[in-house]
Amino acid sequence: MDTDQLIRSLAADNAHRTPRVGAMLTMALLVAAPLSILIFATFLGVRADVMSAMHNPFFDTKFAVTLSLAIPAIIVSLHLSRPEALMHGWGWLLLLPVGLLAVAIGSEAMMAPAMPMSMRLVGKNSRACLMAIPAMSLPLLAGALFGLRHGAPSRPALAGALAGMLSAGLAATLYASHCTDDSPLFVATWYTIATAVVTAIGAAVGSRVLRY
Amino acid sequence: MHGEARVRGREDEWTGLMRSAMAGDDAAYHRLLKAVTPVLRAAARRGLARAGQPPDQAEDIVQEILLAVHLKRHTWDSEAPFAPWLFAIARNKLIDTLRRRGRRVFVDIDDFAETLPGEMPEETASAAEVATQLGTLPQRQREVLQSIAVEAASIKDTAAKFSMSEGAVRVALHRGLAALTAKLRDH
Repeated sequence: MDTDQLIRSLAADNAHRTPRVGAMLTMALLVAAPLSILIFATFLGVRADVMSAMHNPFFDTKFAVTLSLAIPAIIVSLHLSRPEALMHGWGWLLLLPVGLLAVAIGSEAMMAPAMPMSMRLVGKNSRACLMAIPAMSLPLLAGALFGLRHGAPSRPALAGALAGMLSAGLAATLYASHCTDDSPLFVATWYTIATAVVTAIGAAVGSRVLRY
Repeated sequence: MHGEARVRGREDEWTGLMRSAMAGDDAAYHRLLKAVTPVLRAAARRGLARAGQPPDQAEDIVQEILLAVHLKRHTWDSEAPFAPWLFAIARNKLIDTLRRRGRRVFVDIDDFAETLPGEMPEETASAAEVATQLGTLPQRQREVLQSIAVEAASIKDTAAKFSMSEGAVRVALHRGLAALTAKLRDH
């Protein structure tokens, strides 16, 4: 087929409209979310003392940290779905949860310790955290990758890594309401490891499925 | 810098055409694709030459770029200039093609941006890969694509010829183009 002929067929298809990537990502995440919530409701559930926990600022901080990962990751992943987009300047957004955690760890260190540091760090739920966050992430990750496939990222592995981060951030938000370990040290250790695992999966899968 | 001013004028014109195209002007879209093709062709040849590859695959690359532009045009922000978006897709496809042949090369974005009007011969060239992959499409999609592309039939005439509704022709055309792109990418 010569190129003029191909162009003719493309022009004939001009009326076809594809939704914006943001709309596709939103829809895909809304479809995937019930699966993650089902895993949460079946195996985890909200912790029993949630009413009193809400008075603990470190409990609330967990949600600030996980959402400050998920929301910037969504924004950056949409930015990167444009072919000409550069990471340039946008990477700072992803440091938001790191900064929040640093402040929280600092404030906890200044208070009289309720528990020895090793106990706060290891907690009671480190194993559950490492299983639950990736497990609840997977449906969301599949949804995120499906949505981002409608984009045209120049760096598919990076875009996939962001899909991993945003799904881990959302899954960790659910998990935070179950977990009784509220120390920022626990969050900085175990949530981070779980997020890294999901991010690596996202990058590996994204490098294949996000090519266009 | 006479050349630079001409390049800028050309790129402004592309942006205007693409805005019209997105607003539903098929003729503007056709003109835009015709206008960018010689620039893409010259850049593809230059990129192949730099990688020590024969220039005869340039047309395959051009067609792959055009298909990607078509299927990803919703990622273009109509407030932004069109050329950087186009050249980013073109560069990507060129890198992909060279990588598939085991070459790791740096493709300079200026390969695209610097091509001056008048440097490019007006021509239409045939490419092997799209034609080959066309043969592997489901019959309906292949027939519709051939009718519209090769025989230059309108959607209406194509619908009459195959006793299909115009809507069904549009669906087959779009699916055919999407399938073609996927086959070229994973080929």
